[in-house]
Amino acid sequence: MKVAYFPGCTLKNKAKELDDYARKSAEALGVTLEEIEEWQCCGGVFTTARDEVATKLSSVRALVAAKNKEQPLVTVCSACHNVIKQTNHAMQTDKEFADKVNRYMGEEPYSGETQVYHYLELLRDVVGFDAVKEKVVNKLAGKKIAAYYGCLLLRPNSVMKMDDPENPSIMEDFIRAIGADAIVYANRNECCGGYIAMESPDLAKKKSNAVIENAKAAGAEMIITACPLCKYNLIKNGADIPVVYFTELLAEALGVKEDTNE
Amino acid sequence: MQRIGVFVCWCGSNIAGTVDVQAVSDALKNEPGVVFSTNYQYMCSQAGQDMIINAVKEHNLTGIVVCSCSPRMHEATFRRTAQAAGLNPYMVEIANIREQCSWVHKDIPTGTEKAIILGKAAVAKVNLNTPLTPGESPVTKRALVIGGGIAGIQTALDIADAGFPVDIVEKKPTIGGKMAQLDKTFPTLDCAACILTPKMVDVAQNDKIRIFSYSEVTDVKGFVGNFDVTIKKNARYVKEDICTGCGACVEKCPMKKVPNEFNLGMDNRSAIYIPFAQAVPKVATIDPNACNMLKNGKCGLCARVCAAGAIDYTQKDEYIEEKYGAIVVATGFNPISMDKFDEFAYNQSKDVITSLEFERLTNAAGPTAGKLLRPSDGKHPHTIVFVQCVGSRCDACAEKGKEYCSKICCMYTAKHAMLTRDKYPDTDVYVFYIDVRTPGKNFDEFYRRAVEEYGVHYVKGMVGKVVPEGDKLKVQASDLLENKQLHIDADLVVLAAAIEPDKSARPLATMLTASMDTNDFFTEAHPKLRPVESPTAGVFLSGACQGPKDIPETVSQAGAAASKVIGLLAKDKLTGNPCIAHSNELMCNGCSSCERVCPYGAITYEDKEFRMPDRTTLVRRIAVVNPAVCQGCGACTVACPSGAMDLHGFASGQIMAEVDAICK
Repeated sequence: MKVAYFPGCTLKNKAKELDDYARKSAEALGVTLEEIEEWQCCGGVFTTARDEVATKLSSVRALVAAKNKEQPLVTVCSACHNVIKQTNHAMQTDKEFADKVNRYMGEEPYSGETQVYHYLELLRDVVGFDAVKEKVVNKLAGKKIAAYYGCLLLRPNSVMKMDDPENPSIMEDFIRAIGADAIVYANRNECCGGYIAMESPDLAKKKSNAVIENAKAAGAEMIITACPLCKYNLIKNGADIPVVYFTELLAEALGVKEDTNE
Repeated sequence: MQRIGVFVCWCGSNIAGTVDVQAVSDALKNEPGVVFSTNYQYMCSQAGQDMIINAVKEHNLTGIVVCSCSPRMHEATFRRTAQAAGLNPYMVEIANIREQCSWVHKDIPTGTEKAIILGKAAVAKVNLNTPLTPGESPVTKRALVIGGGIAGIQTALDIADAGFPVDIVEKKPTIGGKMAQLDKTFPTLDCAACILTPKMVDVAQNDKIRIFSYSEVTDVKGFVGNFDVTIKKNARYVKEDICTGCGACVEKCPMKKVPNEFNLGMDNRSAIYIPFAQAVPKVATIDPNACNMLKNGKCGLCARVCAAGAIDYTQKDEYIEEKYGAIVVATGFNPISMDKFDEFAYNQSKDVITSLEFERLTNAAGPTAGKLLRPSDGKHPHTIVFVQCVGSRCDACAEKGKEYCSKICCMYTAKHAMLTRDKYPDTDVYVFYIDVRTPGKNFDEFYRRAVEEYGVHYVKGMVGKVVPEGDKLKVQASDLLENKQLHIDADLVVLAAAIEPDKSARPLATMLTASMDTNDFFTEAHPKLRPVESPTAGVFLSGACQGPKDIPETVSQAGAAASKVIGLLAKDKLTGNPCIAHSNELMCNGCSSCERVCPYGAITYEDKEFRMPDRTTLVRRIAVVNPAVCQGCGACTVACPSGAMDLHGFASGQIMAEVDAICK
């Protein structure tokens, strides 16, 4: 099957591997990620100000592009997913906002028809973790892996509707599907520090360390994440176990990691 | 032609404030059949009622319209007035011009116009009213209590004390309920077992009370005074009448690794078990999911060691049918699941426990023999954090927890904190709260003692996260009064989980046609004036099945429910409601539409001979309504395709006359 794909800016430079492995793995699972044309930055942060329209337009353009292709829109970066999904929700539920956006866009009115999937949801709800399990060639048996959700992937729950934000299991189920051991630890859904790293590096360090230490104490040998900023913060603040994107692990399990041309 | 009197009530300013009562009584004077119309300040007062009685006599009235409050409030009052005046009580109609008119409208012209219309409708109906006589039905002088916790126990004891036989149906192997699991009780700190177990023995020894333990109610038919109930006695594979409760089987049973539900899974029991030492009935029960003999026929040790010969592996579930005059629901509560609250790491750490588990940990008969030890390593905890309102007072949008206050948590947490400090003064105890709610006799004094005498650290604020790390639980919380973040390294975290009605309540409510609120608590007939009765006649409510309650409140409600039951059972006959369905046999074609919609099973069919005009005889199948079972809901009258079914007192012709009067 073919789906519309929004990679996001970071995935074109700093987080190239998140993107590459995502495409290769999807292909191996029978899904083609078709990058939408001329996409723009998602906006980076979803502002909660309801009258803020300009920063949300690029997300709407991506959603409209997917609608025109008659495909669901798949994202992989936690931040992009959060912004696009929240924008879509606003287009569905906030008529005043949607009218403003549609007047500005001047095209056929859009009211949130596109289905937005995070790559993990694609694996769980479309491909199915059982189907992933069948395609695994390199079992990561015995590897103790801690999933790190961060804050943006699951929240706000009423909009994201991906998993229970306090007791999530989607990434643990993913880890088990590729044959590794999932380490469950309390701080897996805490903030890494996010953009506070710019203003107050010490605070970000404290937050990141709390995640790393808690994961290690629970026996983790590796941390996986879907978020470039989480990965940056954890590594920058001295993670002494590997922190990788979940797609890299997926590619390894599916035996397509080496095919990557970079 | 009727001679109707109209009586418009002011209800002080309740009605007169937004309805011109004089204009209403004037307008209704000219309606067909009305021969007298007046208004008065309080129609329900003695003077008002006398006014009605005098008018009936003076004007030879045959029907009465009272424009006043809801018929739920005073219909019965004015029917009695009519009776006193020598009229049939069903010749009275109430036009509700208060709840549905004066209270919802703000300006006098609108309110007055609507009141006149409602009055006209009532007059139109009374024109078609006919005198009705209620039937009578006998009362079965036996009560059923569903649930054998402290609520059910107290209700049963009080009913039996008045001389009526009572059956208790309890789904667990023993009566006692949640109270049997508790350690001490607030605010007097007397031990729960010491005050409960004598009552349990009283129940067992009372010859008016039968206990059906390990049993469930599976079917309820009938109506107030005459319920037919089916009770399923689950097979316990032990003959109850022979077992002496000696415990030899329990000792010898080789299958000892079954999580013990009485201790909330914190230790194990054997496959054949007696829940606790003071269980009533003190009879062993075999858990069919754990017993090797029942699963694969290999073992049979308990049968060999039983000196009384009470073990019976072939026992089957047994169904008992019994008649009851009244049913008391006492199905109680359970703490909610902590699965959706994993920010507190309940599923990640053994040292995060619920308050009920804490009760078992401090109970001398519990898994640690009353020593407060951490479940993970059996060490004495030095820092304990109590978190209140876990799942209580939740935002509805949060999609987890309950919106209501669970009511008992503030007090039992204060008790836990105080007892911990008393027994282990080397322990630091924190309690995080949203509000401390202690309305109750000696309750606030109790809480203040925990703070002032025992030095419990009460912190206003909620715990955001509990992170298990090493052998510590890192608790992140906010102190709202000091406006700062707190980080506490705790050894034990205790969650005051919200309480919810037992899961068996919802199917039971369906069986009883008793109503529930959105939280599955049973609804009372009136929140203030009829708090222990369900709106369904003959069904009464006792304990936490009606709303969160502590023990003193439960016991007083249990007694109140018992007194209502006694009042019912003391009657030899019940006067029925004459407003019931009846079938016009000339129009009925026996299609069965009415039988299918009747929720009470009141309709049967019979073959009746009809003499035809040509002197032949025709046998036709026609519907017959059992007047004792019919509750007058009217479902059949709407379902009947030929218009044969009609309701006394609410005949289709009367309803249409009301509609016509309103639409005129």
